[in-house]
Amino acid sequence: MTLDKTALVVDNNNNSTEVNLTGSASDTADMLDMTIGETVGKALLEDAKLNVRHANVFYGDKQAIHDISLDIGKNEVLAMIGPSGCGKSTFLRCLNRMNDTIPICRVEGSFLLDGEDIYDRRQDPVLLRSRVGMVFQKPNPFPKSIYDNVAYGVRLHGLAKNRAELDEIVEKSLRRAGLFNEVKDDLHKPGTGLSGGQQQRLCIARTIAIDPEVILMDEPTSALDPIATALIEELITELSEKYTIAIVTHSMQQAARVSNRTAYFHMGKLVEVNDTDSVFTTPQHPLTENYITGRFG
Amino acid sequence: MNVTSLLLVLVSIALLGYFGGYRKARALSSSAKTHSRPQYHGYLVALWALLPALAVLMAWTMSQEAIITRLVMSELPATAQHQSAAERSLFINQFKNLAQAKKSAVDESGVSLPNEEDDPLTNQAANRYLHWQERSQVARTLAVITLAALAIWLTLRRLRASFQARNRVEKIIQFIMMLSASIAILTTVGIVFSVLFEALQFFRHVPITEFLFGTHWNPQTAIRADQVGGSGSFGAIPLFTGTLLISLIALSVAVPLGLFSAIYLAEYASPRVRAIAKPVMEMLAGIPTVVYGFFAALTVAPLIRQTAESLGLSASSESTLAAGLVMGIMIIPFVSSLSDDVISAVPQILRDGSYAMGATKSETIKQVIIPAALPGIVGGVLLAASRAIGETMIVVMAAGLAANLTANPLDSVTTVTTQIVTLLTGDQEFDSPKTLAAFALGLGLFVVTLGLNIISLYVVRKYREQYE
Ligand SMILES: Nc1ncnc2c1ncn2[C@@H]1O[C@H](COP(=O)(O)OP(=O)(O)OP(=O)(O)O)[C@@H](O)[C@H]1O
Ligand SMILES: [Mg+2]
Repeated sequence: MTLDKTALVVDNNNNSTEVNLTGSASDTADMLDMTIGETVGKALLEDAKLNVRHANVFYGDKQAIHDISLDIGKNEVLAMIGPSGCGKSTFLRCLNRMNDTIPICRVEGSFLLDGEDIYDRRQDPVLLRSRVGMVFQKPNPFPKSIYDNVAYGVRLHGLAKNRAELDEIVEKSLRRAGLFNEVKDDLHKPGTGLSGGQQQRLCIARTIAIDPEVILMDEPTSALDPIATALIEELITELSEKYTIAIVTHSMQQAARVSNRTAYFHMGKLVEVNDTDSVFTTPQHPLTENYITGRFG
Repeated sequence: MNVTSLLLVLVSIALLGYFGGYRKARALSSSAKTHSRPQYHGYLVALWALLPALAVLMAWTMSQEAIITRLVMSELPATAQHQSAAERSLFINQFKNLAQAKKSAVDESGVSLPNEEDDPLTNQAANRYLHWQERSQVARTLAVITLAALAIWLTLRRLRASFQARNRVEKIIQFIMMLSASIAILTTVGIVFSVLFEALQFFRHVPITEFLFGTHWNPQTAIRADQVGGSGSFGAIPLFTGTLLISLIALSVAVPLGLFSAIYLAEYASPRVRAIAKPVMEMLAGIPTVVYGFFAALTVAPLIRQTAESLGLSASSESTLAAGLVMGIMIIPFVSSLSDDVISAVPQILRDGSYAMGATKSETIKQVIIPAALPGIVGGVLLAASRAIGETMIVVMAAGLAANLTANPLDSVTTVTTQIVTLLTGDQEFDSPKTLAAFALGLGLFVVTLGLNIISLYVVRKYREQYE
């Protein structure tokens, strides 16, 4: 690391200013204060897959997401970056109502998928999740065979009429996840016996087996080695031809490699969102700049 | 000195040893850096003071009775020596009783009893016995205290700055742990062998094939030759089928109820409900089995009988069903408590994975959580099964003692454990086939439960191989 002392001091200043700001609204007319409330860049799109407006999320009394508005376009890969605890996972989990499984979590705002309200009373979260799939940070194959792992959702939703069709879907999904050749002779061995990278690709295979419209990925490669990571990044690029993808990552290189747009989160707020190139080459917000130049988080 | 006060003395000596070692080590550490902290020197001295002395105390106390009896017998005139074994043991009993009486009389009034009715030989033996006992006690006290003191002195002498007291204490502690473990294991082995030995005795009277394959159980044998009585029949099949029947009924109550309540508690119940319901359910296992027994006999059995009769079935007043049902309630916590623990231990990320695939809660439970928790659940069921197989009181009270070979749950049956109790509570000679049969049954039960455990271990391991 080549951080010099002055950079660290700047960093600290930024941090403490920020804490002050969230405490009392109209304090100093600092430049940071002026801009953190308003998201800079290009948050709204035309003809988007997902529209989020004025999202606020609370864990008990604690607010984790502050008034975020953001669109995710069709066949777009959106990368979400930001320091730990800034609410990336929380935001992601709102998009398929995974937060419903946390009793103390409360979600406000409007979330539209193809113009349909995700949080509508008539919306069935179970069906929603078959349209918005999710891949987790830690590979979590079920305690079943590789085959049954991929067939899990297909069987649940009755997507295959017979065994031959199921076989076909399983094979196709494994192929798309780039795993088929490695496991084709062991389809009936436990999925938990695979390596971490293989397990993660298995989880991706099981997610795409039910043919969702959106795939959410929460740090999908943080537990993997560089080779497995490269495989998954390739996969994401391929999948984006068919699906809309939102990916949380701590690796800025990864965000730069796989995404079309990048969103920078900071303390529960969306600071900046723009085309990936412009976020990394010409960040508009000083907080974003600090973060991507490695002075922050 | 009796054992209790001797133990107190030993502990005080060990304490002294601790402080001795501690102070010596402190003194040493003022001139050089000691390898171990002073406490360890103290512990080491105390342990050495305590352990050998305790070992001697234990060995002495356990063997003194036999040795003194021998001594007394060998001192008596020759007439007393040539007795049959039975007379000998009677004589030994007599003089010990007399000695006991004398001792308590001395304790109470301070004067020695004059002995009138006893014959001089017994009296002489009793006196000698008391004499040796007194000697033995004094010698024991001396030996133990000397040993402790000697150990302290020897250990203290060896303390140096470089002395590795800490490592030695570690060794001794390891030794104590190992000793405890081996005592537990040896006891088990001892019990198994004694049961095996007595069972072999039994098979000398009754052929093993009759015991294993006979379908008639009637252990009444004639006590004396002139008595009217059967020769007894010892076919154990009805007992084992009775045990099996009752256990199956109990398990078919306990497994579904226990598993479902565990799932409810772990997955659906709010923390507040769980905090109350779980201990209440565990209380089921704490109710004495006698209470379950009369509940089964007085409430459930009549109810079953009435219901059966209204359906046109005949039911005996003591029914297998009553005992099995009540036993099933009793063992619910064995299934539910363990299952609840393992279900709660299934990682949240597996649940999330399933929900994210669009599974409902019950689909997730059925497809992901139960398979992941299965080894623990099987463990709970087995615990419940062995409890059911071993249960005696409910069966005695509700299912009767008739050894019927039947699969009809409305009949009365009896179980292995119940028969063991009835066999051993009568007035019988210890080596009669009737009493020995209890050991054979015990052995059978042991083999069955061992088999059950082995099978389940195998099942669980197989399952783990597949899924972990
Ligand atoms: N289940 C929960 N209960 C209570 N608070 C929570 C819960 N999950 C998250 N939070 C809080 O919400 C805030 C945002 O958390 P979140 O997990 O979304 O951060 P993140 O950006 O994903 O961080 P990371 O990069 O470390 O994964 C944090 O302050 C966290 O403490
Ligand atoms: Mg996160």
